[in-house]
Amino acid sequence: MAKLILSMDGLVLKEIPLTKERTTIGRKPHNDIQIDNLAVSGEHAVIVTILNDSFLEDLGSTNGTVVNGNPIKKHFLQNNDVVELGKYKLKFVGEAASAAGAEKADFEKTMVLRPAAMKAAAEQAKAMTASSPPQAAGAARATASQQAVASATAAGIADKEPRPAPAPAARPAQPLGAIQLLSGSNAGKELELSKPLTTLGKPGVGVAVLTRRPQGYFITHVEGANRPAVNGQQIGAAPHALKDHDVVELAGVKMEFFLKA
Amino acid sequence: MDLTQTLEIASCTDPGMVRSHNEDSVAADAAHGLVVLADGMGGYNAGEVASGMATTVIVTEMQQVLAGARPYDVDPRTSQEIAARLLREQVLKANTDIYQAAQSQPQYAGMGTTLVVCLFYDNRVLVAHLGDSRLYVLRDGKFKQVTRDHSLLQEQIDSGLITLEQAKNAQHKNLVTRALGIDPSVEPEMHEYRTRPGDIYLLCSDGLCDMVDDDDIGMALQALGGNLKLCAQQLVQMANDNGGRDNVSVILVRVLREYPAARGVMAKVFAWLK
Repeated sequence: MAKLILSMDGLVLKEIPLTKERTTIGRKPHNDIQIDNLAVSGEHAVIVTILNDSFLEDLGSTNGTVVNGNPIKKHFLQNNDVVELGKYKLKFVGEAASAAGAEKADFEKTMVLRPAAMKAAAEQAKAMTASSPPQAAGAARATASQQAVASATAAGIADKEPRPAPAPAARPAQPLGAIQLLSGSNAGKELELSKPLTTLGKPGVGVAVLTRRPQGYFITHVEGANRPAVNGQQIGAAPHALKDHDVVELAGVKMEFFLKA
Repeated sequence: MDLTQTLEIASCTDPGMVRSHNEDSVAADAAHGLVVLADGMGGYNAGEVASGMATTVIVTEMQQVLAGARPYDVDPRTSQEIAARLLREQVLKANTDIYQAAQSQPQYAGMGTTLVVCLFYDNRVLVAHLGDSRLYVLRDGKFKQVTRDHSLLQEQIDSGLITLEQAKNAQHKNLVTRALGIDPSVEPEMHEYRTRPGDIYLLCSDGLCDMVDDDDIGMALQALGGNLKLCAQQLVQMANDNGGRDNVSVILVRVLREYPAARGVMAKVFAWLK
């Protein structure tokens, strides 16, 4: 999607995607892009977006609209055009440029691998080109070539171009937790919490689970009428974060949670 | 036969940590024993549209056909049960609907979706799937993958080009070889399995199985099987804690008791009286 980047004195203030057919720019608050500056007229300009094309039109503003240093009445916006309104600058980033960025970031998106169908689509577009008047032909060819590019990238990933594998999710170094039983027949016994999940308690009486997450350890009630208590306070339905040396009581057994150095 | 008392179902869907849109879609109808999960693909919001259409069309159409027939009824022409035919027809209908929408509206061009559907009836589950959304089962403490992905990676594993270990770090986990709504016709892979009371079935999008090891998923199911809602949330959380690079969706179904089909004259009378 095409977008505008609003900046003043080289400082980026905001990114505005051009989602609407008409995006109005002006000083008054009802504008889609409001610029509260006296050099900007109440209704200063409008950007009309049709499919991938955006047109900028000055709405008879007092100080005029300047694109790339030239005052304009109407202008077909191209990638990297800079619109100046007083001290403010709006940089236009076109469909193709932002799409390329999105594709790069999104290459893990599920895609269908279907070379045969891609060929069919290209042929269909070619047939359209042949039968349609020259003006439309340009557009049709553009879509055909886009599809060809799309199929080329799909095939490329498939057979040769080795893309770097996504780095495995970085797990921040996290202190290992453990619990030590304080009461019951196994008092004194220690249990390391190295797994992502550790269940505690007796089925039917009370079961809780200790989850190991990047943010730390959490205790959650799973089943049974007796909810576990942390430092004497019964926990609710939501996961409860455990702190070093918290005392957990579950189904009549007390245990201490602590972090190993 | 109403399966509301027989199946316990919980689901959870989340956009993940990176994406702004959720292109996954889940739907469940416990009464008819039907669960559907779809992972859409296509630009802007087209993926959401495709997966949303898939779940809605399949659930509403199945409800309609099951209102007048039972899945274990025998078709007099083929002398086979109608369940597989019914499910296949509705999947194909969803395929046609999505394909036509994609053809007629430029903003939906090229959209499609993966699919995994389960229909529970008569102590059995009928599974249809397309693409890389999966079905797993936890039975007697063993956690197993039931469906096999329709993906380039799976084909490479099958042909011995790469090992399972290498597959974990492969670059193109995202390329599926079959999907709903991409072509005018499609052939869903369908299988039928016996169910047992106590089984827990997990339907998930690749946002879960790409981010979380199967062992860890199995562990979560075993540990939290007593509380399906919590278990579903936990699975999504595990995927997000590991990076959450894709939308994550899970549906969990626990079989609580036997549910044999009511057959014979007396059963029919009882069914009619109800």
